Amino acid sequence: MSMTTVAPPARQATPGNAAGPPRRRGPRALLHAFLIVVSLSWVFPLAWAVINSFRDYAYTTEHGYASFGGFTFANYAEAWERGNFAQGFLNSLIITVPAVVLVLLLSSCTAFVLARFNYAFNLTLLGVFLAANLLPPQALLIPIFRLYRQIPLPEWMSDSGSLLGSYWGLILINVAFQMGFCTFVLSNYMKTVPREIYESAEIDGASVWRQYWQLTLPLCRPALAALAVLQTTWVYNEFFWATVLIQDFQKLPITSSLNNLRGQFFVDYNLLSAGSVLVALPVLVVFFALQKQFVSGLTLGSTKG
Amino acid sequence: MTSDTRAARRALPRTRRQRKLAPRDRVVVTLMVVIPALLVIGLVWLPAIGSVLLSFTSWNGIGSLDRIKVVGVDNYVDIATIYPPFWPAVQHNVLWLAFLIVGPTLLGVLFAVLLDKELKGSRIYQTALYMPVVLSLALVGFIWQLLYSRDQGLLNAVLGTQIDWYGDPDVNLWAVLFATGWRHTGYIMLLYLAGLKGVDPSLREAAAIDGSGEVSTFFRIILPVMRPINLIVIVVVVIESLRAFDLVWIVNQGRNGLEIIAALVTANVVGEASRIGFGSAMATIMLLISSVFITIYLRVVMREDRT
Repeated sequence: MSMTTVAPPARQATPGNAAGPPRRRGPRALLHAFLIVVSLSWVFPLAWAVINSFRDYAYTTEHGYASFGGFTFANYAEAWERGNFAQGFLNSLIITVPAVVLVLLLSSCTAFVLARFNYAFNLTLLGVFLAANLLPPQALLIPIFRLYRQIPLPEWMSDSGSLLGSYWGLILINVAFQMGFCTFVLSNYMKTVPREIYESAEIDGASVWRQYWQLTLPLCRPALAALAVLQTTWVYNEFFWATVLIQDFQKLPITSSLNNLRGQFFVDYNLLSAGSVLVALPVLVVFFALQKQFVSGLTLGSTKG
Repeated sequence: MTSDTRAARRALPRTRRQRKLAPRDRVVVTLMVVIPALLVIGLVWLPAIGSVLLSFTSWNGIGSLDRIKVVGVDNYVDIATIYPPFWPAVQHNVLWLAFLIVGPTLLGVLFAVLLDKELKGSRIYQTALYMPVVLSLALVGFIWQLLYSRDQGLLNAVLGTQIDWYGDPDVNLWAVLFATGWRHTGYIMLLYLAGLKGVDPSLREAAAIDGSGEVSTFFRIILPVMRPINLIVIVVVVIESLRAFDLVWIVNQGRNGLEIIAALVTANVVGEASRIGFGSAMATIMLLISSVFITIYLRVVMREDRT
């Protein structure tokens, strides 16, 4: 779900926006009532999971879910233990951090060249990158699967002996798929850097690499921060590639290990809730702490920096 | 092409100033493009071409590459004629698309329009509505299971029914669609909100002075101005419907009422019987459909990019 939008430049600060025709009170209250009902029903599924994750299974079986009481923390301890969460979170970390760093580094390199120079291939290159971002991953599965099995990795890099079933393979495919989006957003952002800065840097004898590393990148911090937040969420949430490329249950990132959890927890829905809340927790924390970055990341393509 | 001339025109003042690069700089620039490009081409485009080529062959995926037999379009014929899950899968994907457009997408537009009025507390509403966007679809499937479960789910308790919402092939597609829609709505709302913020406020003022009502202003003035966003949202929805996979895989790996193309491709590779040529033919069909919409997307995005 990595796509950008395009829109005209953002509207100016709008204190005067309310200065339209005076509005009537009644409809406004109605609108609020509507939005409150909608918002509450939107939060409900997750809230339901959170509430039930704190309840004792024996209690809810006896009194039904519509009851009140039987609160406990035990589900979390049990879910953590039985769901192998420590390992799952560690795997997610091992995959997500290098993937995000790598995709930002590589895409900012290409974006810099696209924004800084005018080569004939610029537009084609951007098109090739962006389109790659939108292809259905399932359509590439067969060749990737074969390719990964053919590429041997030494024992110290992967115990599976090939790219298939290794963290490396998963990191690389995540990076390849996210490159287009990041390159597009960053090159748009970098185009707002005034040319004069580069000209004076050139006069000072700064190499291209120094211009990129010491001039452009620091100026792009807001865009990089927003993309980092967004990419972290996406790679953490990635399900398909991890499911098909990693066979060893011990190496699955947390999102893909959900598939096995249902069997583990069977019909204990309170345990299932606790497991779901645990998996959701990192992205929810990111969401609430860095909401601004998240939203601006999603809509960054639109405002052109 | 007109786009090329436009690019060239804008490029003029730049090229005039662009100096010849020192040899070391030229190496650096080359590497900065070639390494990322190799990754994208090697792991996305070459495999895509591979899928297309393999779709004309027959291969069990185990033997070496010289065991591959060219069979022409046999795989495509087989898929259309003797592979029972294929047509249901196509139907489900189309239904998926139709549902997403009629339900969550329109709802997302409506929410965006309402929240764009800058009401008191609109930030809170906004947060509630797009919170599901940060959750993975696999997790969404899990969370909704608590509502859908036959014996302990809330839905049956409230309705007094005994339906296995994820298991019953008559209803499970709808159950899955609702869960997807829960997440999709917030995403569309966010895209549209960004678009609405970009609409020149003087347009609305002019319309208001002309005595145009809010609804007609939206349909006659705002919506046409947002044409690029509208197009992109449509492309986004089509591609999302085509790529739909996670939720269905979590529920039952795309069987029993939940057949979709992406799951069929996957099942043909990782499942018991790996039929490479067969799976590739379906993959190629996916590529074909998506390439049409990717082209639209690129045209919109790149045109805007140049102005």
